[in-house]
Parts: sequence; structure tokens; C-alpha cells
Amino acid sequence: MAEQTRENHTIYSIDAVEYRYEDADALSGINLSIKAGESVVLLGANGSGKSTLLKMLDGLIFPTGGSISVFDAELSEAALKNEGFSGTFRRRVGFVFQNSDAQLFSPTVWDEIAFGPLHMGLPPEEVEKRTEDTLHILGLEHLRKRPPYHLSGGEKKKVALASVLAIGPDVLLFDEPTAGLDPKTESFLIRLIVQLTAAGKTIVTATQDLRLAAQIAGRVIVLGEDHKLAGDGPAAAILGNRKLLLTANLIHDHPHRHDDIEHYHPHSHLKDHHGREND
Amino acid sequence: MAEQISTPAWMNEPGKSDSLSMSAGRSRRESAVQKTIMGMSEAIRESVFSERIAARPGLLQETDPRIKTIGLLGLLIATSFLHTWYIVLAIYGLTLMMAFASRISLGFFIKRVWLFVPIFAGIIALPSLFNIFRPGDPLLTIWEFGGELTLGPWSLGTSLAVTHQGLKGAVLLILRVATSVSLAVLWALTTHWADLLKALRVFLVPRIFVLVLSMTYRYIFLILGLAADMFTARTSRMVGSSSPREDRRFVASSMATLLGKSHVLSEDVYSAMISRGYTGEPVILHRFRTVAGDWLWLVAVILLGVAALGSDRLIG
Repeated sequence: MAEQTRENHTIYSIDAVEYRYEDADALSGINLSIKAGESVVLLGANGSGKSTLLKMLDGLIFPTGGSISVFDAELSEAALKNEGFSGTFRRRVGFVFQNSDAQLFSPTVWDEIAFGPLHMGLPPEEVEKRTEDTLHILGLEHLRKRPPYHLSGGEKKKVALASVLAIGPDVLLFDEPTAGLDPKTESFLIRLIVQLTAAGKTIVTATQDLRLAAQIAGRVIVLGEDHKLAGDGPAAAILGNRKLLLTANLIHDHPHRHDDIEHYHPHSHLKDHHGREND
Repeated sequence: MAEQISTPAWMNEPGKSDSLSMSAGRSRRESAVQKTIMGMSEAIRESVFSERIAARPGLLQETDPRIKTIGLLGLLIATSFLHTWYIVLAIYGLTLMMAFASRISLGFFIKRVWLFVPIFAGIIALPSLFNIFRPGDPLLTIWEFGGELTLGPWSLGTSLAVTHQGLKGAVLLILRVATSVSLAVLWALTTHWADLLKALRVFLVPRIFVLVLSMTYRYIFLILGLAADMFTARTSRMVGSSSPREDRRFVASSMATLLGKSHVLSEDVYSAMISRGYTGEPVILHRFRTVAGDWLWLVAVILLGVAALGSDRLIG
């Protein structure tokens, strides 16, 4: 489990946040704060609103009620229209999307990784240096000229991650980072998240994979199916709270057959007890 | 203990032990719609395949994309001003030499060019061969009318013949088209798509155009893949063949689904761009560096173009 290396000032303050899509609530009465250097996992079943919250933390959508502040300033649509604010915010906060195909829009892997630094207004030599460094760290040098459609799912995820790391953000937001990945890429990604946390980055990961949460989280926040905060605390305490996880639909009693004996025990949604994906 | 899921009786019935023997019925034919979708997908993959040629070491691959664009475009413009067929033929010969030096299989290159030239240029050039459309000195008489043939107010002459001037004009047109297409194909085959678009900036094509073009190319491929997957999923659940009417209905509904999917995708892509600092003003980084060889190649191409135009003027 990742260790909290330092306790610092508050990065995000989420105050009575609500979000409503046309016909349904996505988030209701959320109060939270996230401190610098924390590795927070947002746990919730499908449709609980964790991706919505993550998008809000990246200033891609805005609360329909309540407010969010980041780095001691209000995170709002109006604030992001200000070039100075949005430039600094985009440089300090990076978002790795669940759908890598949406994140990889450039014609080559090199262009993809260079996109962020280039749009941050860095000089061309610095853009080249950062791109090359990031390619090297993630072992993607051999793919630099390849278009994204030539890549496997795991490679796409690595490039998506590289494209965000090249910006050098203080805060990294991950939406279901391990969904659909092969075990090798998944293990790589987990090691990297742990390492980034140790380096002092603030990590917020939305997932419903309890195994992932156990490996990367210092703190776990649970969103219930009623789109409200169901739990918030140290990872060990939350992940050991069977009643809370059952209520939030994150585990369920699942029948298993070993030889002729069928037995029931709690399971997370995504992984069976052999570590394979169920859905 | 978890509740059992109640399933209807038919779902629990054991499968019938039908053997997989060939039936007497008709074999299923692939529908025209499916063929078209798969064909389009394949055509795009083919153009991606051509990136492999761009990745090979060779004369044009190693030339700076901007210099290459200027040089090949210059030759293309010079070709369109030439009137002497054998000078055009010489330029065509030059394209073959450049293809060879760029390690492109000549068979593949010639086929790629000549597959389309007869269709587009040939059809246009064909009527001009005959004296009834373009009067001239007969070279080969095909049909004697036995007197003057008239069609309303138009006189068609006394015979149908291929003319000397008609043949010369048609050969010149076809050669010009083949040479121009060869130059364009050389440009596209030996340049990475990304570099090719960036090279357009030399001609002051706005950055937003370059960005949109490169994204269009990327997402056409993705969306075609989605469309092909939808067809494959349908085929896997289909028993027997579907009528063209059913196919058309499926295409209409899948177009709506695809439109919905691409709309969601476009919103996600835009969010991903915003998240990485895009503010509506694209920034494009060229990493092109010219070396002495690039300039040498450009000077050689310009000299050849000028020599071709000069000799054409002298002969003509």
C-alpha cells in the first residue's frame, strides 16, 4: 500500500457539490478536501458519479450546485476563461482518460506526447527534451513514429499516460486506469502510480477495482449508489469495512465451485479470486 | 447467501445435437453493403500500409518534406505546361527513377498509377481521337460512310477515322496525367502522413486546417473500425442471409448509432485536448531540418524542370 510521504496544504476543497444531468442526479451533497501528496481512490459502483467528480476536478464540467476550489482559488468556468488561470491549472493538473482512443488524437505517438508541453507554450527545445525523456521513461521509443491506431490497448494506455506526464503536473487524475489492461501493463501502471505518489505527486484515481485500491491508495473515498458520500478514511479501514462495501455495491456474495463444493464469499466487481476480470 | 438468478425454461434446455453438415439451401452471399464498408476499411488500412514505404530508407524518404513538396509540386506544374510528348515521357521516366531510388517496387508503383489513369484521362481523351469530334489528318480509317453523313445541322464528314492530331493530343494528355499522378503518388507514398500535413504549412495552409485534417484521418479510421465491428457483430448473430432491404435498414440505423457514438467521442476528444492546454489556437511543432543533400536535390529538380520547359519551347 502506498505510504503517505508528507502532509501538506489542501489542494482541492469540494463544498456541497451537486451535479445533475438532464434527468438524473450524478452527485449530491459532496463535501471533501484533498491534500497535496495524497493518493486518493474514489471507489464507487457503475453510475455512482466518480467519473463525473473526476471531470469536475479537471475543470471539464462544473457543479450545478456548491463549489470547488483548487490551489486556494475557485475552480469555475469563468476562472478557466482567464488565460493565466487556465494555463497554470492545466500545467498543474493532468487527467488520464478511461478511453485512450479519446485521448490519443494526434497523428503519431511523438506528436501526442509533445501536444501538452507545446500548448503550455514551452520553447521547442524543451518540448523535444520532455517528449524524448517521457518516451524513454515509459519505454515507448520504438513507437515514436507510429500512429495511435497501430498500437495495442496496453500501448495506447502508456502513450495516454506519457502524454499527461510530459506536462509535469502536480496532480494526476486517473479514470479507471487498469480497465481492460493485460496483467503486465496493469502491474507497470500500479508501480508507476506508487512511485509518483512517493515522489510527492497528488493522485486521485476513480475505480471500482478493490485490488487496485488496496495497492495504491492511502485514503479511500466511497461514493454510494445514491450519489452521496458513503465513506471516507484510511485505505485499510475502508477496504476492511465489508458492510460499507456491500452497501455501496462494490462487493457481493458470489458463488464459487471448488470441485463439488459450492461456497459463497464476498467479491469485488471486476476481479475474481484468480485475479481475472469478470466483466 | 446470494439469491439464485431465475432463468426461463428455454434458456436451461440442453442444446440440440444438430450436426454441422452442409444443408441443401443456398449459400449465403456477402451483402453489397457489408462489402462496401469492409472495402472502405481495407482501403484506409491500405493507405496506412503505405506508411511502411515512408518508413523505409530511400531518396525521397530522406528528403526534407518541405523541400520535397516544393520540388515535386514544381515538377508537376512544369509537366502541365509541356507540349512535347517525349519530354513528358522523359519526366515520367524520371518519376520511375525516383521511385526506384526510394525503394518502391516499380510493379506496385506503375500499377497504382495506371489503374486509374485510363479510367479518368482515357475516357476524356477517347472522343478526341476521332475526326468526327476533332477534325484532322486521318491516320487510321475505321469506317467509310459512302458519302457525307449529317446529324441534324452537324456534318460528320465522309468517314470515321483516328486522326494524327487526335492521337498526339490524347497521348499527351494521358502522359501528362500519368506523370502528374506519379508525382503525387511519390509524394504521398514517401512521406509520413503527419509530416505531409505539416509540410502544407510551407504553403501557408492555416494551422487549424492542418490540425483538423490530421484528426479527421485518425478518426475516420477509428469510426470505420467501429462500423466494421457493428457489421461483424451482426453477422455473428445472423442465421441465413439478409435481403438488400434489410441491409439498407440496418445501415440507416447503424448510421444513427455511429453518429451518436462519434458525437460522444468528439466531446471526449475535445475534453482531452482542453485538459492538456488546448485553448482553440493549435500549436504545431515542425522538427524538419534541411541538410545540404535536400538543397542539392531541389536544385537538380528545378534545373530539370527548367531544362524540360526550355527544350519544349525550342522544339515546339
